[in-house]
Order: sequence, then C-alpha cells, then structure tokens
Amino acid sequence: MTTGHETAAAPPAKEGGAAPARPPAGPSDDERRRARLSRRWQRDVRWSPYAFVSPFFLLFLAFGLFPLIYTGWASLHAVELTAPTDMSWVGLRNYTRIFDDDFFWNAAKNTLTIGIISTVPQLLMAMGLAHILNYKLRASTFYRVAMLAPYATSIAAASLVFVLLFGRDYGMINWALNFVGIDNIDWQNDKWASQIAVSTIVIWRWTGYNALIYLAAMQAIPQDLYESAALDGANRWQQFFHVTLPSLRPTILFTVVVSTIGASQLFGEPLLFDANKGASGGAQHQFQTLGLYLYEQGWVNQHLGRASAIAWTMFLILIVIGIVNYVISRRLRASS
Amino acid sequence: MRARTRTARKAVVLAAVASLGAGLLAGCADDGKDDGGSSSEGGGGGKTKITLGLFGTAGFEESGLYKEYEKLHPDIDIQQTVVERNENYYPALINHLTTNSGLQDIQMVEVGNIAEIVETQSDKLLDLSKYGKKSDYLEWKWQQATAKDGQTIGVGTDIGPMAICYRTDLFKAAGLPTDREEVGKLWAGSWDKFVDVGKQYQDKAPKGTTFLDSPGGLIQAILSGEKDRFYDASGKVIYKTNPAVKDAFDLTAQAAEDGLIGNQTQFQPAWDTTIANSKFAAMSCPPWMLGYIKGKSKPESAGKWDIAQAPKSGNWGGSFLTVPKSGKNTEEAAKLAAWLTAPEQQAKLFGVQGSFPSTPAAYESTEVTSAKNDMTGDAPIGTIFAQAAENIPVQTIGPKDQIIQQGLTDNGVILVTQGKSAKEAWDNAVKTIDNNLDQ
Repeated sequence: MTTGHETAAAPPAKEGGAAPARPPAGPSDDERRRARLSRRWQRDVRWSPYAFVSPFFLLFLAFGLFPLIYTGWASLHAVELTAPTDMSWVGLRNYTRIFDDDFFWNAAKNTLTIGIISTVPQLLMAMGLAHILNYKLRASTFYRVAMLAPYATSIAAASLVFVLLFGRDYGMINWALNFVGIDNIDWQNDKWASQIAVSTIVIWRWTGYNALIYLAAMQAIPQDLYESAALDGANRWQQFFHVTLPSLRPTILFTVVVSTIGASQLFGEPLLFDANKGASGGAQHQFQTLGLYLYEQGWVNQHLGRASAIAWTMFLILIVIGIVNYVISRRLRASS
Repeated sequence: MRARTRTARKAVVLAAVASLGAGLLAGCADDGKDDGGSSSEGGGGGKTKITLGLFGTAGFEESGLYKEYEKLHPDIDIQQTVVERNENYYPALINHLTTNSGLQDIQMVEVGNIAEIVETQSDKLLDLSKYGKKSDYLEWKWQQATAKDGQTIGVGTDIGPMAICYRTDLFKAAGLPTDREEVGKLWAGSWDKFVDVGKQYQDKAPKGTTFLDSPGGLIQAILSGEKDRFYDASGKVIYKTNPAVKDAFDLTAQAAEDGLIGNQTQFQPAWDTTIANSKFAAMSCPPWMLGYIKGKSKPESAGKWDIAQAPKSGNWGGSFLTVPKSGKNTEEAAKLAAWLTAPEQQAKLFGVQGSFPSTPAAYESTEVTSAKNDMTGDAPIGTIFAQAAENIPVQTIGPKDQIIQQGLTDNGVILVTQGKSAKEAWDNAVKTIDNNLDQ
C-alpha cells in the first residue's frame, strides 16, 4: 500500500524539482526494503510448493524408499528374524537359489492362474453390470452404492464367511451342489477347486468397484454417438460393441493394469482361506501365492534375507508387467 | 417438487454412504483388536499396571487369579491381551523382542517355541530363577526354559500329559470294552496295539464314524512320547533319519489308509463340527483338550466320554511365562509371573480351566484329586493325568520343533486321507520342512 502511494506521488516532485531527491538515503532504504520483500516473495513462490508437497515425500522416504533399499540390502545377506542385526554377506545367493526353488515357481504359477481366473471374469462381469446400470433404472443410486458394499467390507470377515461356504463336509456350496447331483468337492485341498474358490472371493470383492469405474466412463460417452448409431440402424448390441467398447478403451486398460497389480500381490484371501495352514497355502501349496510365500519365508520361517530377495524379485516382475502393459497400451492407442 | 426429491435422494445416498463408512470403520476397529497390544492406558488410578501378552486359553482371568492377586496387592492393576492362535502370536513376539519394543510386562511362550527363545532371546529376558522356586516345578519343565549359562528365563505354567479320550457309547456299539481300566489295557505299551484296536472298532463301527478324528492328532500323540524326535542332544536336526519319526509317520499313514482316521485337520471349523456330531470314537487328549471338547460338543454328549491311559505317556503342549527386560516394572512382573505359576494357583487353574499343573506339589491338592469334567462324567481326571505325567520322558526339544511338527502333520499325513500314498506324503512333508528350515 505505502509503496503504491509513494510511486504515485513521486513524479510531480521530480518535475517541479522543488524537493531535492535524496539520492543516497531515501530510495536506497526504500529499494532495499522493496528488494527484500520481493526476494522474500520470490523465495516464497519458489519454495512454498515444495514445502507443501514435502510431507508426502518425507513419508515416502521414511516408509517407502528406505524399506525398499533396506530390503535390497538385506536380500544380499543371510539374516534371520530372531536376530535382524546379525547379517552375514552372501552376495547374490538369495537370488540365485530362487531359480531352483520349486516353491517359488509353484507360487508364481499359482499367482498367475489365480490372477487370470479372478481378473478376467471379474472385468467381464463388471462391464456387463455397468452396461445394465447405465440404463435408466429406478433407485439406480442404491444399486451403485450397494455394488461398493463388498469392496467396503473387511477382507478378513469376508474370507472367513467364504471359508464356511466352501467347507467340504458342512459347507453351503457343496450342500447346494448335492441337489444337482454333484458330489462333495474338496474346495481346500483340490488344486483347481481351491484356486477357483480363492478367485471367487476376489471376484466378489472387486467386481462392483470396477463396474463403477466403467459406469463413470460410460456416462461420459456423448449421447449423440448413440443417436446417430441408432439412426444408422444399429441395435443395442451393435451400439455396445461399436460405440461403448471403443470409447471405453483407456478405462479398460486402466482397470486391467490395476487388477493385474492387485492380482500379483494377492495375499489376504489365500492366507485366510485355510486358517490352519496359514502361509503355506494348503497341504501341497496348491494356492500359495507369491505374497504368501514371501510372508511364509519371512515371518513364519524367519528367513529375512530370503524373504527380501523374494520381495525384490516380485518387484522386478511387476516392473516387467508394467512395461508389457505400457507397450500394449501404446499399440492400442496407435491403432485407434 | 423437483428440488425436494433431489434433496431427499441426496439424504438417502448420504445415509447409505455413511452407513457403509461406519461399517468400514467398524471393520477396521475389529481388525485392529486382533493383533493385540491394544489394552487401554489408565483406569488404574495411580496403581502399578502389569500387562500380560497371552495366546489361546490361558485362563488366568477366567479363573479369577488376577482379582485375587489385586486383592493381595492393592497397588497392582493387571491387564491382559490375548491372541487366539500361537501362529499369529509368536512371530509378533519375536519381532517385538528383537526390536525391544511393543512388549507386555509378561509374555507367554509355548513349549514348541521355548527352545528358540532360550537360544536366541535370553539376553532380552529377565532371569526368573530368583523369583520362581525351582523345586516346585517338574525338573524337565524348569530345564526347558534354562539357558546354557544357567539363567532361567521362563517359569512353567501348565504341561500336557496325554491320555486317550474315547466315546463309551461308540465303543460299546462296536463291541469294545468301555471300562477305562480295561480300555487302557487293550493298547498298553505300544501304539501298534492302539491301531489294532482301531481296526477292531472299524469292523463293527456305527455308520459314518471313524476310530480317530485326524491324522495330525495321532502322529502328534506318538511323537510326544519319544525322547528324541527332531533334534539330537547336540542340536542337530535328525527328523529325516530318526527311525522314531519315520515309524510314527508310517503307522499314522497306514491307519489313515485303512480308513481308521477321519480326514480332518485339527482345530479347523469342520473338525469342530465332527466333535459336535460325534463322528469319531477316540482322540489323543491332553488335559486342555477336555475344555476344547466341552466347548465344541452338543449338551447331549455330556458324560458319554471317558478317559484312559495312552499306550505311552507323552507331553503335548504347555507354556511358560517370561518377563522382558525392557518392561517398566520388571520386578513386579516377575513376582506376578512366579505367583501365577506357583503350585496353589496352578491347582486352581486346573480346577477351572483344565490346564494341568507343571508343579508336582499341586497334584496332591484337592482341586486336582477331586477334579471332574462334564464330558467325562465321574472319571477322576486329576489322578489319571497325574499318573500320565509321571511317565513322561524328558524330551530333547529344538528351536524349530513347531515347524517340523506342522510340516509332518499339515503337509504330510493329512495327504494320505486325501488319496495320496504314504511315500508321496512323506516326500511332500520333507520337502516343505527342509525348505522352511533352510536346510
């Protein structure tokens, strides 16, 4: 305010020459103050944003980057949970042994198959549900909120209910199957049955979530596209395939990436699916995922070094998956 | 009109979202409770607070021991946190010990883990030999918690002298004797004889029942009576070459192949249901199992169980109380731990909870000698278990006993009930165990 007033008052003084300028003291004092203010302002403008974003990065450093690097360091050592400070250098041994670790590859295979049989039906069903919800429905908001309910339930509670449903001798699903003449299926001990059961929990939990994402994207598709398609004589199905699907391509890609990452980190559902065997994923490790194997090595068997190496290997696998996704998405974008 | 419906709709949506959110929060709160360590501060009003970290059904609170101690020591306030399963409790305990944080004043340790704790964590735990009276406890129990340098880091709570619980009604239906003396004689001295009795049972068994509940129960029972199992005296892992282990495995696998054993895993919901539905005739039965049977049975099974001596005595289960040095009131905590495991208190605990004392002096007490259980009718359980306890061999225990035992059971003999051959089951178990031990 004061500076504004002074500059406004300055010119007449100069013209008239009545008031002799005070070259050394006045302006310099004023200028210095102004310069100081502007420097401070500049510094403020330049650094404040960093201060505002710093909490995230400080937290990330402490709880993201440091553990990541420390895990890498631990993976090069033989170290047990009973004495985490007692490390002895073994170089890349923890990594090389993964190559002939049958349990690791078994877990990797399980993660892949469970990932596929949970992600594919889940996304297809989500797409169907979103398409139906996109019609004019009574109480559509209710349906939308209801679809998020499985996502909001505690994973532990949900898994425990599913364990009861999938019980071999006294489970509800086998009881229902008996009516159509199918004998008791040993959901926990049979390889495929157990993987399907675990996938069911995943599907149940995430379908609604993905459906809402699809629904949001569908509602952003301009109505005129459908109108002109209808004018051209396209029926509902043709509209879905030729208007809806192409417009949803980026969204589909997003859900595929997110679901893939989720599937590769699958942990809670298989852990709770057989409460007794816990981390071993069934008597023959038939539904042990990589996440479970990592947990078993680190926290049950207390081999921290090996667990760290598994963690890093998983991280590298995820990066590869990410690159593959990126390449595919670029291809898709180029072709469209 | 329109505006009104819109606000109404908004309200409905908000309510829905709020209720979902509340559910979510409630879920989180529930999850949080499970991992323990959530006992609230305060409430003691300037008293010294002693916290206990326990697992399973320790039963100190249920049998009123805390109240009694608080009455004797008005300046003490006792609080406990209980984790249901040791598999969840133990890794957290190890984690807390190695970082010296998050520990309760008293921490319980299971017998399957005590060797590892003694070997790797004894520098973090208080020497309790000044507080507990060594002569009170069974020699081997005291020894299990004593490190090579002579300090004793845990005082024994209960032990698990094993007997056989059997259903008199099912035994009768299959033409077997029902008197506990006669039943014990049928198989006295050898587990082979026990399995032979099983064959006799199965020949005339009531439809839908098996002789035993689960393969895990049988192999556990056999191995718990062996002096050397998984480790030799020098601490070397010998489970693969120890004939006692292989014999126990093969006998169990054979019995499973012959259809004498139900295809259950112990302590799973489906197993509980087989108890409730009376689907098997006998099971290996440490004292604490009586409480479990009682918890899972239907009321009409009361009195139908009886209890006989096992072919060979063994110990299944039992725990220790330890006091971490990092606690605020180690002195008071050690006194409490010693008091809770003194003969008088162990006798009381047996009367209420069925945890069998590790202090022989308690065996003479009326709580033990006159103990009865709804399930087993008038069977003098106290004297039966005391007799079993006398014959328990001093067992060599090793740091990874639990991992090996669990591998043999959950990745081994259980497979036989699922149609695998004994050899496949053994190979699967060995492979799993070796990988877990990092051999």
